[in-house]
Amino acid sequence: MPRYEPWTPERASEIIARHQDEKGATLPILHDLQAAFGCVPLDAEPLIADALNISRAEVHGCVTFYHDFRREPAGRRTLKLCLAESCQASGVGALEKRCKEKLGVEMGGTTADRRVTLEAVYCLGLCHSSPAAMLDHDVYGALDEERLDALLKEAQA
Amino acid sequence: MTRIYISRDSGALCVGAESVAEKFRKEAKDRGLDVEIVRTGSRGMYWLEPLVEVETPQGRVGYGPVKASKVGNLIEAGMLEGKPHKKCIGVVDDYPWFKNQTRLTFARCGIVDPRSLEDYRAHKGYEGLKKALAVGPEATVEEVLASGLRGRGGAGFPTGIKWRTVAQTPPQQKYIVCNADEGDSGTFADRMIMEGDPFVLIEGMTIAGMAVGATYGYIYLRSEYPHAFETLKIAIEEARKAGFLGDNVAGSKYAFDMEVRLGAGAYVCGEETSLLDSLEGKRGEVRAKPPLPAHVGLFGQPTIINNVLSLATVPIIMSDGGEFYRDFGMGKSRGTMPIQLAGNIKHGGLYETAFGITLGALVDDIGGGTYSGRPVRAVQVGGPLGAYFPRELFDTPFDYEAFTAADGLIGHGGIVVFDDTVDMAKMARFAMEFCAIESCGKCTPCRIGSARGMELMDKIMAGEEREANLVVLEDLCDTMKWGSLCALGGFTPYPVMSALHHFPEDFGAGKKRLEAAE
Repeated sequence: MPRYEPWTPERASEIIARHQDEKGATLPILHDLQAAFGCVPLDAEPLIADALNISRAEVHGCVTFYHDFRREPAGRRTLKLCLAESCQASGVGALEKRCKEKLGVEMGGTTADRRVTLEAVYCLGLCHSSPAAMLDHDVYGALDEERLDALLKEAQA
Repeated sequence: MTRIYISRDSGALCVGAESVAEKFRKEAKDRGLDVEIVRTGSRGMYWLEPLVEVETPQGRVGYGPVKASKVGNLIEAGMLEGKPHKKCIGVVDDYPWFKNQTRLTFARCGIVDPRSLEDYRAHKGYEGLKKALAVGPEATVEEVLASGLRGRGGAGFPTGIKWRTVAQTPPQQKYIVCNADEGDSGTFADRMIMEGDPFVLIEGMTIAGMAVGATYGYIYLRSEYPHAFETLKIAIEEARKAGFLGDNVAGSKYAFDMEVRLGAGAYVCGEETSLLDSLEGKRGEVRAKPPLPAHVGLFGQPTIINNVLSLATVPIIMSDGGEFYRDFGMGKSRGTMPIQLAGNIKHGGLYETAFGITLGALVDDIGGGTYSGRPVRAVQVGGPLGAYFPRELFDTPFDYEAFTAADGLIGHGGIVVFDDTVDMAKMARFAMEFCAIESCGKCTPCRIGSARGMELMDKIMAGEEREANLVVLEDLCDTMKWGSLCALGGFTPYPVMSALHHFPEDFGAGKKRLEAAE
């Protein structure tokens, strides 16, 4: 269950310093910042730029290029539903609708109680057991309405 | 003591393998049974997962799929002695679906404990490296060339030629990069290897390093694979502790070490040059070629960038010889291909076999047709950038050239099956949508073309000036195909055009159009 630290520039600098001497450190830094704070705040960008001796524009371009990095922390749990071809062939369309209805959010949205963020993902590599989903790091396959309802219940618990 | 084997592969975990293992632990304790549970990778027969195997004098007897709630019943029915049961599939090695495969790259997957270096070595592990160290760098490159191995990521470029190019560059810092950004829908072979037999990938990369004079390697892994990440980190640490990575690999004069780096959800980073930029800490934008990565790759240095499966196949090529490997397959497609059966399919899983088997045999005989029980209407081969094939083309043999001739590609070997409820116009629109979402934005045909393609499909599906818009769509696809910098924009026309040509009725195109096209 992710519980994030409050943002402080000192803590961010500490995380950045851990990777400072690695080659191509930007992604490892962004991943670790997001693990700590639940997102990569805009305020982190000049710190990274300074530490890696690159421009702030380069850091900003990098953060915004990748789907994984967010500006606001996600809900307590993140449910990723695979919408790629294999899952489409196996009826994820109806499940997607059901997810949105039951959670009351669109793809990318977070429930009002901030318990669950629903995201689309394009392939979890579980295409032998489509449709598939991932709740934080736990994987679920062969979803049907019944299994999906159980998963949604767990996500909201 | 009875030894049982349960997979910890994500594909098994996603249908409840963890709770089955937990239940076995509890039942064994409550009943006072002496049971050891070994966690393996998956055999790739995912419709049987969670598959539980019991060691018996006859071999490993399998039961699946096993529900946690039925574990007690199974034990009472004598499964720990390998007794018959309706869930029993007999000795797993003799089970036809498994037995009829030619498992070279996946020889150990599902059999060994992926976190145990000892187990790996007990199953021919590190024999390829031993041989490579004995014959030296040049002969190693020659062996890989002789095997006829082609890049398993999708492009099918001869692996040995990439290696030779890097080997011929002057001595300097060189890198081995493993492309583990397996983003194609319908594929999971890389994941299976990394979760089920990670040492074979580490060994393959080490051999590559020795062969071309590279001392450091990176595995660029997609962030959607947290289980593979964990397994790889453990395996790399084990290999390092045992001296298979470090300053003197296996006691030799060669140095090689490596690490895993996580991607961040960008599909395009599976393209080799955008992957390199991402590893360098930049936006994952595609580079223009030349220069080739073999000359100017990671951090500007000569770099081998190979797919997981290509590198994981190197150890067996070295241990058993390039000729042994080359003797499988057909034409210019040598060796075996781990084919992944996915989508609406009865027997979803990984089937490794020599090139040359027909698409129909894979879908109907091995895959068992659809899971829904409805007729197969279309299959997409090679991921989201691969063509849709109708039943009429099911006699196409699985071979790089044969698929190219049929206006398709085998890509990374994934086959996604659709039943007759599929709307092919919708799938064509999705191909454009996916390209728009994932485009790196560097080249115009891909960035703008995909957005315009989506709009066009909306118009066509709404019946707006359909005939005229279909002409524009074909023209747009032509521009994207020839004008894009990489395969994302360049191959998106494959699913779109194949859907249109083989299933024109879904686009509201009359029979007249179909005849005119022929």
